[in-house]
Amino acid sequence: MDFWVKQIRQGHRLYPLVALMVLSPFSQALEVNGKVGVSALLFQHAPLYDKQHRQQWSALAELEFYHSWNDDQDSILFKPYARVDQHDSERSHFDIRELMWLHVGEDWELRTGIGKVFWGVNEANHLVDIINQDDQVDDISGDPKLGQPMVNLSLIRDWGTVDLFVLPGFRERTFPGEEGRLRGPLAVDTDHAEYESSAENKHVDFALRWSHTFDDYDMGLYYFRGTNRDPRLMVKQTSSGEISLIPYYDQIDQFGLDFQATLEAWLWKLEALHRKDEFDSFAAVSGGFEYTFVGIMESATDLGIIMEYSWDERADPALNQFQNDVMFGARFAFNDAQSTEILAGLVQDLDYSELRSFQIEASRRLGEDWKLSLELRLFSDHELNPISDDDHLQLTLEKYF
Amino acid sequence: MKLLQRSQITLSIILALALVSPLALAGPAEDKGLEIAKQRKLRDQGWGDSQAEMIMILRNKSGQESKRDIRIKNLEVDNDGDKGLTIFDRPRDVKGTAFLSFSHPLGNDDQWLYLPALKRVKRISSKNKSGPFMGSEFAYEDLSSFEIEKYSYKYLGDEKCGALNCFKVENTPLYKHSGYTKIITWIDDQEYRVHKAEYYDRKSSLLKTLTFIEYKQYKNKFWRADQYMMNNHQTGKSTQLDWKNYKFSVGLTDKDFNKNTLKRVR
Repeated sequence: MDFWVKQIRQGHRLYPLVALMVLSPFSQALEVNGKVGVSALLFQHAPLYDKQHRQQWSALAELEFYHSWNDDQDSILFKPYARVDQHDSERSHFDIRELMWLHVGEDWELRTGIGKVFWGVNEANHLVDIINQDDQVDDISGDPKLGQPMVNLSLIRDWGTVDLFVLPGFRERTFPGEEGRLRGPLAVDTDHAEYESSAENKHVDFALRWSHTFDDYDMGLYYFRGTNRDPRLMVKQTSSGEISLIPYYDQIDQFGLDFQATLEAWLWKLEALHRKDEFDSFAAVSGGFEYTFVGIMESATDLGIIMEYSWDERADPALNQFQNDVMFGARFAFNDAQSTEILAGLVQDLDYSELRSFQIEASRRLGEDWKLSLELRLFSDHELNPISDDDHLQLTLEKYF
Repeated sequence: MKLLQRSQITLSIILALALVSPLALAGPAEDKGLEIAKQRKLRDQGWGDSQAEMIMILRNKSGQESKRDIRIKNLEVDNDGDKGLTIFDRPRDVKGTAFLSFSHPLGNDDQWLYLPALKRVKRISSKNKSGPFMGSEFAYEDLSSFEIEKYSYKYLGDEKCGALNCFKVENTPLYKHSGYTKIITWIDDQEYRVHKAEYYDRKSSLLKTLTFIEYKQYKNKFWRADQYMMNNHQTGKSTQLDWKNYKFSVGLTDKDFNKNTLKRVR
């Protein structure tokens, strides 16, 4: 009798479990979101080089497919992205921004696939951010990134979060083509990139990071070993006698630190790294503050005043634009129904007083599903800046669905 | 003569203390106000964890509407402010944006914002208490958890609120960076629920009125209003919050409220 009852009970217990396992992947429908947009890149000056243009129009699309199962313990996110440019064939590109399977455990998370990771605290100089490669043709701000193949295990402990990364496969930086602006006299030949490692773009990179919050202080420390995301550009003569610009990716060992103290209206920020590459062993630092005035002039608008200083031991602006630079910025958050925001910044080189740039990024929602963004970038005329003549305004209109 | 001087000094110390410390000033109205606040807190204690969905409707002076879909998860923390996770589903351009806060009754709140497009978690300043939440007529401080230590209280009298009798209590914020000089609340004497709140700005003029509509009881104890209606008298704008799918004891723990969960909430 006892035995019989037990069997029934077990059966009851098992049945919903099996049903859940079989049905759960389909119980939640596939979630689809995305955006499409058009963008106009308008240059103030006529182009310096043949084949370049004064205006570049482009269309972009980013889709997002999401599916979760196992009570949201497992999920897959697929985010393809494409841009089609009127002139520049290098700017017309497709990328898988994300294709990630996420499994959430009790105090750990495992991410397997293609994804994006951001590390850092600064506004102007994203010094320590390293996992993803810049999608530089999309936007020179450094914000757009190419999807990086990875296996990422996060261990969440009382004493902080430990992230282990194995990064199989390397993404080359994108560069404007012959018809694109924002480049020097030679377009970078991305088809013949060279590497220090014989594994070339199949080198498996590795990263280990610890991050934690102590009251008002957030900090992270990491070690990265693998392919340098910042290529050196080498002038080479091909067999046919043509001169071309080839990106060269060396191997690096890097320690990085990011820190932020959030003390009332003050955000104090610091990023620092030590990198050993094929040519050098050096340190670089970037840090500063953002102070927020809440509700200026009795309005709902918040004004953030930003100052950040950057330094690179190599003291060569060709290797790091922020080798000895100061950035002054202002952020206006209007806190209105349209989420209007403006971020303006001036970067002044302290070694070369004539070398500076000014930038405005602004955005505003139109209606419920549209967004208008504006980016303005102005450069001072200087021989050290190959894009001095490429002052531009980019307007982007996006529709979200 | 000497004795007199000493008593004069004592008197002036007492007077000085009385001016500095609101406790020293406490009269019957203050005592009763505090008692009501304690009851209000006590009646809503022990809910543990909860989640809910909210539709936020912003209306400007000419009646133009703008909608937001928001999900909120909360965790009750004993002897401290609550933990909250706010997830934005709409407008679509901010979908996936999430806000994590650890509130503290008198100290600064800890706040992080996750920006999905950049995959960036930003620790943000907690000085924004008086700032608008998502462009609405609600300030961050209007939506944070009620803690006794946050205010000093003064009972102003009894007043009808619908069919019920309400205590009219004046709350004066004691925490830093509040946008208000006082908040007058109407609390019913049956269940100690807030039915109405009037917010007075830094110049002590009436800024906003918040009305709680259609209270429902959950788990036989906790009362939650289906609708919050905030009217700004100075701008003519309003914000309506429609709450639905309130769930209590869904098994949320500390682990659901950290920077890692912020990055993967959907």
